Amino acid sequence: MTTLETSGKGTVPAAGATAPAAGDALGQPVSKHPRRARLRLIGELALFLGPALALFLTFVVYPVISAARYSLYQWNGVEQFSDATFIGFENYARALFGGTDPATKDAFTTAYTEPFQAAFTHTIAILVLSILIQLPLGLLIALVLNRRFPGRASVRVIMFAPYVLSEVIAGTMWLIIFDPNGVATELMHAIGLNPPAGGWLEDQTWGFWTVFFIITWKYIGLAVILFLAGLSGVPQELQDAAAIDGASWWQTQWRVNIPLIGPTIRIWVFLSLIGSIQLFDMVWVLNQGGTTGQYSTIATYMMQIGFFRSDWGFGSAIAVIMFMLSFAVALFYMLVVLRRDNTDRVKKVKRA
Amino acid sequence: MTHFRRAGAMVALGTSAALLLAACSSDPEPETSGSSDTTSSAASGDDPVTLTWWHNGVAGDTGENTLGDYWDKVAADYTAEHPNVTIEIEQIQNEDLQRTRIPTALQSGDAPDIFQQWGGGELAAQAEAGYLMDLSEPLAADVERLGGAIAPWQADGVTYGVPFQFAVEGIWYRPSLFEAAGIADEPTTMDELNDAVQKLKDADIIPIAVGAADKWPAAHWWYNFALRSCSQDTMNADTAALDFSDPCWLDAGAQLEEFLGTEPFQDQFMSTVAQTGATSSAGLVANANAAMELMGQWNYFVYEGFTDGSEEGIQALHDDLDWFPMPATASGEGAPTASMGGGDGFSCYKDAPTECADFLSYLVSDDVQRGYVEAVGGMPVAPSATDAITDPVLQEIAAASSEAEYVQLWLDTLLGPNVGGALNDGITAQFAATGDAQNTVDLMTAAAATQ
Repeated sequence: MTTLETSGKGTVPAAGATAPAAGDALGQPVSKHPRRARLRLIGELALFLGPALALFLTFVVYPVISAARYSLYQWNGVEQFSDATFIGFENYARALFGGTDPATKDAFTTAYTEPFQAAFTHTIAILVLSILIQLPLGLLIALVLNRRFPGRASVRVIMFAPYVLSEVIAGTMWLIIFDPNGVATELMHAIGLNPPAGGWLEDQTWGFWTVFFIITWKYIGLAVILFLAGLSGVPQELQDAAAIDGASWWQTQWRVNIPLIGPTIRIWVFLSLIGSIQLFDMVWVLNQGGTTGQYSTIATYMMQIGFFRSDWGFGSAIAVIMFMLSFAVALFYMLVVLRRDNTDRVKKVKRA
Repeated sequence: MTHFRRAGAMVALGTSAALLLAACSSDPEPETSGSSDTTSSAASGDDPVTLTWWHNGVAGDTGENTLGDYWDKVAADYTAEHPNVTIEIEQIQNEDLQRTRIPTALQSGDAPDIFQQWGGGELAAQAEAGYLMDLSEPLAADVERLGGAIAPWQADGVTYGVPFQFAVEGIWYRPSLFEAAGIADEPTTMDELNDAVQKLKDADIIPIAVGAADKWPAAHWWYNFALRSCSQDTMNADTAALDFSDPCWLDAGAQLEEFLGTEPFQDQFMSTVAQTGATSSAGLVANANAAMELMGQWNYFVYEGFTDGSEEGIQALHDDLDWFPMPATASGEGAPTASMGGGDGFSCYKDAPTECADFLSYLVSDDVQRGYVEAVGGMPVAPSATDAITDPVLQEIAAASSEAEYVQLWLDTLLGPNVGGALNDGITAQFAATGDAQNTVDLMTAAAATQ
């Protein structure tokens, strides 16, 4: 937003005059009837912002506050909430370090803290691995697909197809493929190997990696399509200039194309971070995070414990922790990484 | 969780969204009985009353809905006799009904008058929150008539619901595979069962199928070991007090571990679901790839779902499908003939009109129960309705129910979603070899400490 405004001021004054008008209407009497203009402004704001704001307050802000409230109670979801017992931050303590009561600390550590830590670890592992594996892979595919070759359009469509599929359909499909008697098992047998002993998804070691493979398959399409869009915005002249300077294909990519789609990559990383923290539907369809939680995420654990175990207060505490985590990551990333894109442009405009 | 098990072929398992949608969208419009349009006050002189009724009889994959159709008929018959009563029915998919619709409706204070009730811990929690009508008085005669099966629908001696179906579980098996492995008789003790498992393995047949991916089918093995190792008194007292320090609970896990050590189950049983697809545990048995499965009576209809649906196909399956009660263990405090069981019932909301109780009384009357057996093939609660069962296998199950010294409600249902869920998680971990017998007891104890 700031970039738009600053760039507007720098080059096109006419546009700059209308842009601040929205905020400074009082200082600039554009109408003969300032009061009517003000009413009109309020009317417009209410008309355009009202519905969105109402939806946001009802379906985002109110649930977040409710969850924070529920998380301070011991509530089974059956009795009226007014009958629930207030226990302060005990639910959080139970999730993070087994609770404050020494009598139940050991039991709670095994029953609650460890599964939560496992879910937390899986979520963070997916977050980190997504960036470590999906970023280079997606970039490589995008660079290859950016070249002209016969059948490029079809390959692009195929790459993007998994992303378009609904999570439930894709999940069910992979369940069938990774069935004990499914295609994947047959394939392994055909080349003389044994599939994971406990089953593709249920094996304690392999379960997580199978799920990570499925997630990569599912979401790599988004990375590729974003990077391709970014690459299409890189001016052809730069590539021509690099070619004249005798740069190889790799050098052109490494020194020209990739630096120029930096902002796109950083936005993808942002989407990937948030998506990883909130990962739910795919993992849920693949048997709810695993029968022993071997590939559970924070979101599936929250669903298991809050909804299916009727431990609503504890589930809400998990939800709040998840909210805090994604909020902190998003804020940090916005402030530290994405700010760079904004200031970059301002500098460029000033120089121009 | 527990209640994925549902009478027969109408189980629309929630794994596929398409199935779910199909199940949810079937017949959403409430069906009002036409016969109540006639003069409402002339016959009985009572004020017109509307009863809303939520049940889980939805159409299955085939579009058939025998249970839903039968409840429509029951409502129509009742309103014909009581012209002042109108019954509005809503058919809701089982998991939606139990996990979302009923809890939300009860919270909001605008609940249906009659709704599905699975009994046990959930009923106790609802009763404690004051949502349920006390049926002890109006249904006193029925409570007497129905006998012990009603216990899970009571809390602290007060009747809060009535079951219309109740049955014990046991082991389904394929006699042809037993024959191929040279097993002459149905196993009656664990030693004989272990022996049969070995013979089947020697004959290259999967001895027992279990759908451990759904957790509860695996958990039922532990329940049955607990049933044998804990005395009835211990079981009743401990599950009420949520105290699992008695060594018999640990022993159940130890017995399970010993049994798991004989490797009686199919490969990759942790990845096997119970009811969906040919590689599910039910599919393995229905296609004669596995010899045995521990399941309730509903699996009879689940197996039928794997045939081509023709009369001959179902008959061929029935000819090669039999049932025996869970074998007795060598030791333990529990009665060797005790059985695990469960059922379905209905409760009245606290603000429901008094006609609600009267309708439930009608619903479990001998005639309606007999009709239920004939129309749906279910297992009736009313003892005098059991003579309506004509199928030999279902007769066998009914006989096992009545001969059992006592019938114990599914432990996860009895303990409620929290402790029961912890129990199932613990048992599943034992199946996956990531937890031991002590871990199962610890998880239950921890969950009990949070409520």
